[in-house]
Amino acid sequence: MDELLLDVKNLKMHFPVLGGIFRRPVGKVYAVDDVSFKIRTGETVGLVGESGCGKTTVGRSILRLYKPTAGKVVFDKKDLSHLSREELRDLRRDMQMIFQDPFESLNSRHTIGDIIEEPYIIHGIGTPVERKTHVKQLLHRVGLAARAMTRFPHEFSGGQRQRIGIARAIALNPKLIICDEPVSALDVSIQSQVLNLLLDLQREMGLAYLFIAHDLAVVKHISDRIAVMYLGKIVEYADADTLYTKPAHPYTSALISAIPVPDPEQKKKKQILVGDVPSPIHPPPGCVFHTRCPYVIDDCSKMTPDLGAAPGNSDDDHWVACIRAGEIDLG
Amino acid sequence: MSEKTILKVDSLVTAFDTEQGVIRAVEGVSFDVQAGRTLGIVGESGCGKSVTALSIMRLLPKPHGYIEKGKILFRDKDIAALPADQMHAIRGYGISMIFQEPMTALNPVHQIGRQIGEVFKLHFPDMADTEIWEKSVELLEKVGIPEPKGRMEEYPHQLSGGMRQRVMIAMALAGRPDILIADEPTTALDVTIQAQILELMMKLQRQTRMAIIFITHALGVIAEICDDVLVMYAGTVAEKAPVTELFKNPRHPYTLGLLSAIPRLDNEPKTRLTTIRGMVPSLYELPDGCRFQNRCPYAMAGCGIAPPPLRPINEDHWVSCYLY
Repeated sequence: MDELLLDVKNLKMHFPVLGGIFRRPVGKVYAVDDVSFKIRTGETVGLVGESGCGKTTVGRSILRLYKPTAGKVVFDKKDLSHLSREELRDLRRDMQMIFQDPFESLNSRHTIGDIIEEPYIIHGIGTPVERKTHVKQLLHRVGLAARAMTRFPHEFSGGQRQRIGIARAIALNPKLIICDEPVSALDVSIQSQVLNLLLDLQREMGLAYLFIAHDLAVVKHISDRIAVMYLGKIVEYADADTLYTKPAHPYTSALISAIPVPDPEQKKKKQILVGDVPSPIHPPPGCVFHTRCPYVIDDCSKMTPDLGAAPGNSDDDHWVACIRAGEIDLG
Repeated sequence: MSEKTILKVDSLVTAFDTEQGVIRAVEGVSFDVQAGRTLGIVGESGCGKSVTALSIMRLLPKPHGYIEKGKILFRDKDIAALPADQMHAIRGYGISMIFQEPMTALNPVHQIGRQIGEVFKLHFPDMADTEIWEKSVELLEKVGIPEPKGRMEEYPHQLSGGMRQRVMIAMALAGRPDILIADEPTTALDVTIQAQILELMMKLQRQTRMAIIFITHALGVIAEICDDVLVMYAGTVAEKAPVTELFKNPRHPYTLGLLSAIPRLDNEPKTRLTTIRGMVPSLYELPDGCRFQNRCPYAMAGCGIAPPPLRPINEDHWVSCYLY
């Protein structure tokens, strides 16, 4: 279980901003700026943050859907930075992705049978008859009837389409699935069905997940460890329970406080952050959170905090990027 | 009608003509709205919560959508059948509405100031331009927009999602309505911005004593800001109760299912969630009797015969289920 599967080191992804009549680069979007974390075999790491924090870009850079500006991604002991196209294709057997809106990622002119069979064809696995049997088994595994094979994506509801996306992702027995907001478009009663399916598959197949979402309650439910992102950086990293019970970064604490709790008798004093998230084109100097932080001091705009061990951290697995982490009481 | 009741929806049926026949997106919905209180309408996609709101506003898509039956009494006057020109005087003035995506409700080519001013012009035709300007700035300030004077000359795309929703709220409040209908106003916003907007709405309600109808799919938001709750399922009311009672003592199997399906921060991590099996039935193929029967763990033979009426189980807790 404790084997290292994915090691992301100092990942940076800067997109150029084009301007003027010659469409020259006039600036950069610092979408992901120096992000490092690890995923072990069979575990789930949650990546949580608000829109524009770079969480989706992290997922896509790992899969090499984008070529990162800097940094290293080591997957299953292979450095992905210098792989050829063929090597990348082989890699994607072991690393799959599921998306928020499966409708956009499913070809609307293909039947479900064709869509799920495609990974086998691309990787040259099995005879047509064997492949059909596999597809049937996969459909059954994700809770769909075999007759779905001859139907088209538009004939299915959002939850069913997400099941189809999952069936395609697990077709080749991957080691890691990057799940990008897989349940945010679904209704509560369907969301819980899909979360249960993901948990079951992980247990049966030993899958590791990078679970990207904006909803901390969902992320906490499914993750072993959680990284909180803000404006392209990881501000805190801890196991799921520690993050919730002993948050060390003011942003994490505000994020937890902002989540509406489905219990009217638990009306707690809310800590409401002022202002909006700054633009990733002009991130603030020093700590990126200092413009909204209730605990800000002068030094926060001068020094960029490193991700370091959180105070009182006993098992070396709780990291926080805040120069005041030791002094402030977030309880 | 009690003293404080300013809106009474009675057995509302809203239908749509479609190519495959007539569907009833709302069927027999009744509730009261009281001044100074927030009524939450909660339910999943397609349950009829937005159609209920659009029926009250008389903003159903024409000519396919129409109110087939029922009454909507606003200040004792039935607005369900009011002629369009009279409805005009109520919309924005008596009842206002804000939407999930303010960008589609704001005009992208007009400055913010002009769009707020327009509302004043409509409701107070005699107001001078300078007064309109001042009142607009005042409103922007009231909804927490920093540097309101500068914002007056900006365009919607220059504002963040949260700021746009604040502008929408300002516009909705310009006519000093008695009721504000908010249809998923924070669903598209980040959670820290959502917290800001919810706080703002509650503050404004305390100041103006307006009633709020808050439509959402999120039970957490309901628990946080509502006084009374209506749980809707497939066009009908499943349960109706004051907020504390509903969360403490949920009775309808659908409400119970919804409450246990939400991942909570204090859950044991990586445990299976309780789910509601299956899916919402299509409005084209509704079963006879209770609409929840195909997903209900307590379904009995009688559930498929006639729809269960909404009955009180105590003074103000109503459930439509044969179990009670």
